[in-house]
Amino acid sequence: MATPVVLAAALAIFAFGLVDLDFSPSRFISGLSQLGWISMMMIPPDPGSSLPLYLKALGETLSIALLGTTLAAVLALPVSLLAARNVVPSIILRFPVRRLLDSIRGVDTLIWALVWINVVGLGPFAGVLAIAVSDFGAFGKLFSEAIEGADQRQVEGIRASGGSALHEIRFGLMPQVLPVIAGQVLYFIESNTRSATIIGIVGAGGIGLQLAEQIRVLEWQKVSFLILMILVAVAGIDFISGKLRFAIIGRRAVA
Amino acid sequence: MTIAVSILPEQQLAALNSAYRKAVARKRLRLLAALAVFLAALIMSSIGAEVNLRTFFTYFGNFVSYFDRILTLDSGQRVWTNVGEWFWGLHKWLKLLGETLLISYVGTLLGAVLAFALNFFAAENTSPARWLLFTVRRLLEFARTVPGIVFALIFVIAFGLGPMAGVLAIAIHSTGALGKLFSEIVENADMKPVEGIRSTGASWLSCMRFAILPQVSAGYASYALLRFEINVREASVMGFVGAGGIGQELIVAIRKFYYSDVSAILVTVIVTVFLIDITTGWVRGRLFGKEART
Repeated sequence: MATPVVLAAALAIFAFGLVDLDFSPSRFISGLSQLGWISMMMIPPDPGSSLPLYLKALGETLSIALLGTTLAAVLALPVSLLAARNVVPSIILRFPVRRLLDSIRGVDTLIWALVWINVVGLGPFAGVLAIAVSDFGAFGKLFSEAIEGADQRQVEGIRASGGSALHEIRFGLMPQVLPVIAGQVLYFIESNTRSATIIGIVGAGGIGLQLAEQIRVLEWQKVSFLILMILVAVAGIDFISGKLRFAIIGRRAVA
Repeated sequence: MTIAVSILPEQQLAALNSAYRKAVARKRLRLLAALAVFLAALIMSSIGAEVNLRTFFTYFGNFVSYFDRILTLDSGQRVWTNVGEWFWGLHKWLKLLGETLLISYVGTLLGAVLAFALNFFAAENTSPARWLLFTVRRLLEFARTVPGIVFALIFVIAFGLGPMAGVLAIAIHSTGALGKLFSEIVENADMKPVEGIRSTGASWLSCMRFAILPQVSAGYASYALLRFEINVREASVMGFVGAGGIGQELIVAIRKFYYSDVSAILVTVIVTVFLIDITTGWVRGRLFGKEART
């Protein structure tokens, strides 16, 4: 491929996009001044009298992330074995499992949240289920990749000594795979804290609900306070799970 | 355990065995304690998240039947018996999907350019000043920690309803995410070419241009393509808050219980996401060889 042609095409699509998506300089500038005005209104961050409510919402968010991730990991482990090439050699069995995982992953967490709200009603429980389902797809893929990356020699050793298929998995694969999986689960708890902050926007509980509400009623000081709370919470979870990850799998394996 | 060390005298063996048992017991105790803490956290959070197994099992049928309903046409037939009826709005949806793709394309490109402009300041080895490094890093952190859809909510108020808010939200979020990844690539770059160029009396800018950039540009492109994939998914829900794309249509279908529309839109979104994943994977493979793909 000739680089100038590709670059020109990329720029042409970009320009077309700007026009098609209604980017006009005047709108951009008036929006920016509006944004400046909003930022001014945000200072200083102030929760008003709803601090206890916000703290409860933050707790809800953290709960959603922890429970959803754990549930997803527990459910995904057996399924990921079915999707791994070295456990299930038959492509006919593996293929539908993999496509199922892909389809689940192709749907955004927010959409899953809307589906679960239809099932169990508004509230954080719908959020837990939404995170559990959408992470199930991601974990299934990641775990099966971890399993495929495992060393086959241990498994062969156990087969040679007369172990059954379950023995092979339990004593040959799991000891190799579990630390990798633990690291991934911890990483997802981090990133789910972020996802859990937004599923409240569609009504599935947590701090996002408060945030969306305060933005809609233009209470900018409360908005900035909520954003600060999210930042602090995410930083805290990052710190803790980073420490835990190092403790479980060692510093080298993470980097 | 006695077999392996049976050549040792009885006394020594007993001492070793007890030491071994103690070590194992300590490890198990630590594992048990960790499990107990974890379980306690789970229980506390299930109270916090109002988990109600009774509701779950009572209404789980709804979850299954939801899929039954979204796969049924108004006439009561299965959707695949009458594909024309199922995808009645395909023309409109494809147009909106095109808009979604355009939103993520323009957003990713803007984000990548901004991240490119900032990443040398955020890398330990190339940043010209300590305070600049610190400020730029905090800025990028802020941009990627605040979820894109929160930016979209705020931008919808500032810039008005429509795809512009979505593009800017995706651009800011991508700047944060790519800026960090880009600067990490720069930190892994070989510094010897930089020294070589600096020794000729070149400015900081030329050092970046002629020593760092040739080493890192392939990595940049790879990450930007990856980000584009993620952004397509993100843009598909931007419409939930009025920031353009297919999400608007989807949330209306879900809220108004147009069941077969929900499944039709979801299928088109999933197929599009697949196609994008495959295409970008292929492009990445072609640009940087097989190793760079994983």
